[in-house]
This record gives sequence, C-alpha cells and structure tokens, in this order.
Amino acid sequence: MRSFARLLDRLFYTYGNNAKARLLLDYLRATPDPDRGYAIAIIAGTLELPGFKRSLVRDLIASRVDPVLVDLSYDYVGELAETVAHLWPANQPAATLPSLAEIVGTLLTLPKSGVPDYVAARLDDMTSAERWAFLKLGSRGGLRVGVSARFLKQVLAQFGDRDVQEIETAWHGVAPPYVELFAWLERRGEAPASADLPFFHPVMLAQPLEAQGLERITPATYAAEWKYDGIRVQIVARTGGKAIYSRTGDDIGGSFPDLLAAVDFDAVLDGELLVAKDGRLGSFNDLQQRLNRKKPDRQLIERLPARIIVYDMLRDAHRDLRGLTFSERRGCLEAWMARIRPSGFALSSILDFKDFDALSRHRLASTDAEGSVEGVMLKRRDSPYLAGRPAGMWYKWKRDPRVVDAVLMYAQRGHGKRSSYYSDYTFGLWQGDALLPIGKAYFGFTDAELKQLDQWIRHNTLKSFGPVREVTKALVFEVAFDAVNRSARHKSGFALRFPRISRIRWDKPANEADRMANLEALLGSTAPR
Amino acid sequence: MALTHPRDWILTRPEGVYCVPGDFYIDPARPVARALITHGHADHARAGHGNVLATTETLAIMACRYGADFAASTQAVAYGESLNHNGIDITIAPAGHILGSAQYRLSYQGGSVTFSGDYKRRADPTCEGFEPLEADVFVTEATFGLPVFIHPPIEEEIGKLLCSLDQFPDRCHLVGAYALGKAQRLICQLRRAGYDAPVYLHGAMVRLCRLYQEFGIDLGTVFPVDDNNRQRLAGQIVICPPSALHDRWASRLNEPVTAMASGWMRIRARAKQRAVDLPLIISDHADWNELTQTLNDIGAPEIWVTHGREEALLHYASLHQYRASALSLLRDDEDD
Ligand SMILES: [Zn+2]
Ligand SMILES: [Zn+2]
Repeated sequence: MRSFARLLDRLFYTYGNNAKARLLLDYLRATPDPDRGYAIAIIAGTLELPGFKRSLVRDLIASRVDPVLVDLSYDYVGELAETVAHLWPANQPAATLPSLAEIVGTLLTLPKSGVPDYVAARLDDMTSAERWAFLKLGSRGGLRVGVSARFLKQVLAQFGDRDVQEIETAWHGVAPPYVELFAWLERRGEAPASADLPFFHPVMLAQPLEAQGLERITPATYAAEWKYDGIRVQIVARTGGKAIYSRTGDDIGGSFPDLLAAVDFDAVLDGELLVAKDGRLGSFNDLQQRLNRKKPDRQLIERLPARIIVYDMLRDAHRDLRGLTFSERRGCLEAWMARIRPSGFALSSILDFKDFDALSRHRLASTDAEGSVEGVMLKRRDSPYLAGRPAGMWYKWKRDPRVVDAVLMYAQRGHGKRSSYYSDYTFGLWQGDALLPIGKAYFGFTDAELKQLDQWIRHNTLKSFGPVREVTKALVFEVAFDAVNRSARHKSGFALRFPRISRIRWDKPANEADRMANLEALLGSTAPR
Repeated sequence: MALTHPRDWILTRPEGVYCVPGDFYIDPARPVARALITHGHADHARAGHGNVLATTETLAIMACRYGADFAASTQAVAYGESLNHNGIDITIAPAGHILGSAQYRLSYQGGSVTFSGDYKRRADPTCEGFEPLEADVFVTEATFGLPVFIHPPIEEEIGKLLCSLDQFPDRCHLVGAYALGKAQRLICQLRRAGYDAPVYLHGAMVRLCRLYQEFGIDLGTVFPVDDNNRQRLAGQIVICPPSALHDRWASRLNEPVTAMASGWMRIRARAKQRAVDLPLIISDHADWNELTQTLNDIGAPEIWVTHGREEALLHYASLHQYRASALSLLRDDEDD
C-alpha cells in the first residue's frame, strides 16, 4: 500500500506525460504481482469495491472530529478524501502497511458490516498522504491524478515493449489483477487469449469545426455525411462472440436483443444507433426509452426497433482495415453492405457539395430534415482510422441548439418503469399574464431528479384529470429543441422539433421565464456561426 | 484578577494595534511615531516610523531590507530583557518564528497582554525557541488556523527533496522559499540531513543569507546563480523567492523540478495552483496542533486571534472555555 500511495501522490503533482510515464514504469518494475495489477485496475477504474462508500467515510470522520471543524475544513479543502485524510486523528504511522492486494482482497470479501471498522483501522496506521490514496479506493468520481485509461495502456506498451494496439487487444481478455497480462508483457507467458473475442476497438472521434481553417474544407479533401442524433456504437462480431459497444467501450448489447440477432457476420463496424418509429427514424427521446431499459419487452422492441446507420468498417473477418484511408474503407464497406445486408442496418449516405456554401446549406437543412439529424460530419478522405481525436481528420459541425426557459403546466404519469411517477411534462411560455403551452417532453432524468420532480408535482397540484395533473405555475424548465415552426394545429401557433428538458431551473422564478416573443424570434433557420 | 484589563487600554486603529498609556503601536501597517516590531517580515516591519523598538537581529534585518535610515531612531532589546516605557512594563521573549522574532508582554496596572507576533513551536536551527509568557490575554496568529493544517516533521519534507534529487539527478531542483527565514532554515536543515554540496541562491536571497551568516548561522557553501553556472545546475539545489518560481529568471534554468516550501502545500489544490512538482510542507508558522497546544500551555483566560483564519480557532477556544475574540473586533477609537 505504501508504494502505491507514494505513486498516486507523485502522479498528482507531476505534469508532463513523460515524467508521469517514468513514475508508472518505475512502479511497475519495482512492484510484484498482484499489487501492481491492482494498482493498474484502480488507476484505470476497472476495480469496484462496492462496500467502500463516500457515506461511510463521512460517518467515520463525524464520529471523530467536531462537526463545525469538519465543515470549516471541508469548505476550505473542497474534497472529502483529502479533508478526511488531513483531519483523521494522527497516530504514529505503522511501520508496515498491508499490501495493496491484501487490502483490496479484504474489502472485496468482508461482509458489509465489517467494512467501517476495517477502513478505520487502516486509516489509523497511515500518514495523511497514504490516507488520501487509500480513500481514493472508495471514491467513484475517478482518481483525478491525470492518468487516463488510454495513457495507462501506452505505458503498459512501453513496459512490455509492445504496440499499444496489442495491449488494447489483450486488455479485453484479462481482468484485475492482470497477472497473465504481466506474464505476457515480461515474456514469461502467452498472449492472453482474445484474438477472436469481441474486444472493443478504440474509437476515432471528431473535433468541433471552428471558424478558422474553414477554407481547408473542400470536396476533394473531405467527405460529408449527416451527423445523426443517436448514439455512437461499435458492432463487433467475431468467431468468439459478438458485442455492441458504446463509444466508451461499455457493452450495451443486452438492451438491444433485436440488433444482436441481426448480427451474423465476422466484422467490426462503426455506426450510429437509433430507433425506428412508425416506419421512420425516431428522435433521441425515442431512443432514450430503449437505452433506459436493460431488458426490453417485446412490445417495446416492436414499437421502437433498433436501427444502425453504418459509416465505417474497422475489420472484415481477419483483415484489419484501420490502416487504410477513409475512401478505401468506404469502398470496402459499400461492397460488404451490398453483399451481407444485415437487417436493420443502413449505409450512411455521402452528401454532395461543391463548395463551402453548399455544405452550409446541408447543415441548415439538417435543422428541417425529417428524423434525427443534428448537423454534418466531415471526414478527410485520406484519414486512416486513428484512436482518439486526431487533429484535422474528422470534424463535426452541429446545428445551433436552441433553448427557452418554459414554465411547467401539466404533468402526466409515465410508462413502464416510470408509470408510478409523473414523468411527462407540458410546458408553456408567457403571453401577457397567461401561459400558452408550447410543447411536451419526456426526459431521462436521473432517478433522484425524477423523484424530486414527482414530489414537487404532488405538492403543487391544482387539479387532477385522470392521469394528468395541473400544477402551480412556479417551476421553470430549460427546454432545448432543434427547430421551431409555425403550426396551425397547436394552440400557441408554434411547434417545437425534438423538445427536451435540458435542465430543471429550481432557482428561477416563473415570472422570469421566456415570453412567446422570444420563441418567435427563433422561427425558421438561423445563420451558421 | 487584573486590576485594569488590557481591553481597556489596547485599541485597534487604522495604523494598527495601539497601546494607549504607552503611546506606541505593535507592528503598525502605517508609519507612526513609535513602534514595537515583533519581527522582520514585511507585513510586520515597515519603513518610515519615528522610533522602532526591536531585537538587535530584527533591526539588522530591517536595515538590510530598507536601508540604514529605515527609522528616525531605534532601540535594540534582547530576549529576557524587561524595560519600562510610560508606565508599561515590557518583557521580551523569543517567538521561534525567524531570526530575531520576539513576543512582547505588556503589563500595566496589574493587567497584562502578550503579543506573540508570528510564532512556531518546532525547533529551528536559525532562531531561539518559543518561550511561553504568562498573561491575562494571549494574542495569537492563526495563519494555519484549521485542523487540516498539520506540518509534518521537517526532516520528512527535506527527505522528499533529497529523494527527488536521487530520482532526477539530471535535473536542477528549484525550491521556492521566503527569502527571510524560510530559505536559511531550509539550508540549515539540508546540512543537518548530510547534504553538503553547495546550495545556489537567487539574487534576492544573497544579502539576507549573508546577514544570517554574520549572526553566526552556518549555511555551509552558498553561491549566487550567475550566467556562468546557470547551465551547470543539473542535480543541484537552487533556492528562489516563491514569486520567481515561474518567472523569466526561472525559465532560463534547464527544465527544473519546481518545489515550494510552504505550509499551504498541505492542500493539494493550493499546490497544484502553483504548478509545483514537489510540494514541501515547511512553515515557520504554528500549525493547528501548535496553536491549540500553545493556548493550553499558556492558559491565558482570554485569547485574541489575528492574522489568518480565525473562525476555527475561535470555535476551538470557546469549546475549551476560553474567552476568545478576533483582534479585528476589538473596539477602535470611534467606539471610544
Ligand atoms: Zn512572519
Ligand atoms: Zn506575519
């Protein structure tokens, strides 16, 4: 534990990547298994210690230090782990501490009721810097020592003199404390068996398009596509299994059995996940209903079936395509799609543009386009598929989002899991002294927020009509939407496209919410930045 | 029980803390006719007073910083000395803060108050240790007046610096430290830890280091950084004022490891703000334990807190049955 604490402390205060890599390499060389593997897992965020919680740490310090002094200290320090590390009543630090592996092992196996005493006993034996490192094991919010999982893999590559892609490949076949991984890195063992497992391939990301450098965007150098308003996924189908990964490498296949059933090939594809609704692509809100459901029922799947817009291909059976240019990969993808045609998959279309103005018009058109498009993507035709966000390769050019502050008017019970909560909201804007309803939104709040809203609605009900409640006009929502158009069918005379509640403004008085005139000003398309 | 309580004859005025019957100020912020100065740091010792009473060392430090004419006249005193001025008995004792730092106990008609200035309770090879003085009121600083501020033993912090020097032998180690007190203490502690290579100094450090040497404090070999040695400082220790750590002067050094010696380094966010690679928690002020220990050692029934984070220390004092208030809240002339 002591050397791990020293490592975290040094990493925290080291700014350059080279110096950070040196500290990590020194540690990996000097530390035996399984300690170093657990250290890697803690830094990479792949180790969960369910019994070790923030609330436990709060309770421990509250029973030892005067509450006023704890509060004043926390206000000043600003971080719980560090505050407690400093405030913990000092003992003579123990001559030796248990190894990191022993501590992790104990925390993983101890019954929940035994964790507080164990944590307190360890804190008693430590110095302040060691307590800080130890308390980090229980903090969910990441270590904040400036080491990303990707950087860690680069260090492991350096440690074992391997290519970082080999590490990435091996990573998915191993788990903490990574003993086989280190055996392989030190040439003492075989590569972890994962060659035909459906491991995640690091994703290539786009930069936002900035005003400067627009002249570089010509049809000869860049291909344009729609930017879809779904979520980025990677479909990995290998002989050893298949998976659907989110951009961050989380396997979300469980929520999309309809999609997995259609995956019957050997390839790695990059695309956008959306849902269909009434025969066309649904909005992000529609997709949200599927994302929220870990095990969707048949009815939901039939109402909102999953769709994939494919835009890139990383691997075709044994062939790794990532070294090819975008144009070459696109050629492979088109041929492959024509041959395989997986159900529910469609090819992303390439947009024609002869100059920058034409491109801007595409972007504006995305505002009015049917379905879920939120701008355009630009991909350099000669770009290989590179992990991360390489400069100058891919750009995203989103249309401007619009927001208004609207007042909650009615609330309705939700569906499914949320049927016991008021989770569908109608909101309006001021015209004179009256509120005119402008739209309705369902939004995936966190459960805590939803409960809070539900409470508020129950306490502020004016009238009930079946599942609908009219509430006091006192709560403001920040509502984001993609476009506003005139509509004869709506009482207010306007229709919002894709309204979603982006924030609950508990702080804002209702009389300061927006007026209809503010919405009218946003009518039609606005010019690009 | 005091016949006259110090709160009846000590005032806070815009110029600073004022002793009415003695007609003098303690560490005044503006020029006054007569001042008692606790020590040479700039927030306590300013130029331009009529008469200054201070220890010989403090007077020398002021002359070194402000020039020989920093005051119209001076009166040198020594630890252990007592004197009477306008009916006030003044006793002088060491505060353990820096060379020459003094506490003043003022006694008047049976009531007494000790102004301790800045102080610490740890051993420091560059100055005499703090001596508790009994009084009705103890005036304490609270620079590090929160229980999160615990300074580790200085040997540990010096160990960190020497360890980094081992780990990065090809890089110069630039340590930010106050030019008065901290820098000299740091050098002395390095010598005690067996480090006998020359220590290099930023130009702003040189004169005060020389003054310390004249007072018999052994700093070993120290050299100023100059154009000849600047590129040959790999693996050497260089000390500079904190403000120079990231300035143009520092940028001419070759890829230094930057360290900072300060009690604030205890707080990670503060250290990070300073972009310091190697925070060294070294302070010449009392930490929380020293502050609370001192209140208990002296046992004065009333505490006035000044200079820093008063709230937590006032809370502690009230929990422990002391009458306590912030010095800034003492009555001033207007309320008279
Ligand atoms: Zn001072
Ligand atoms: Zn001071």
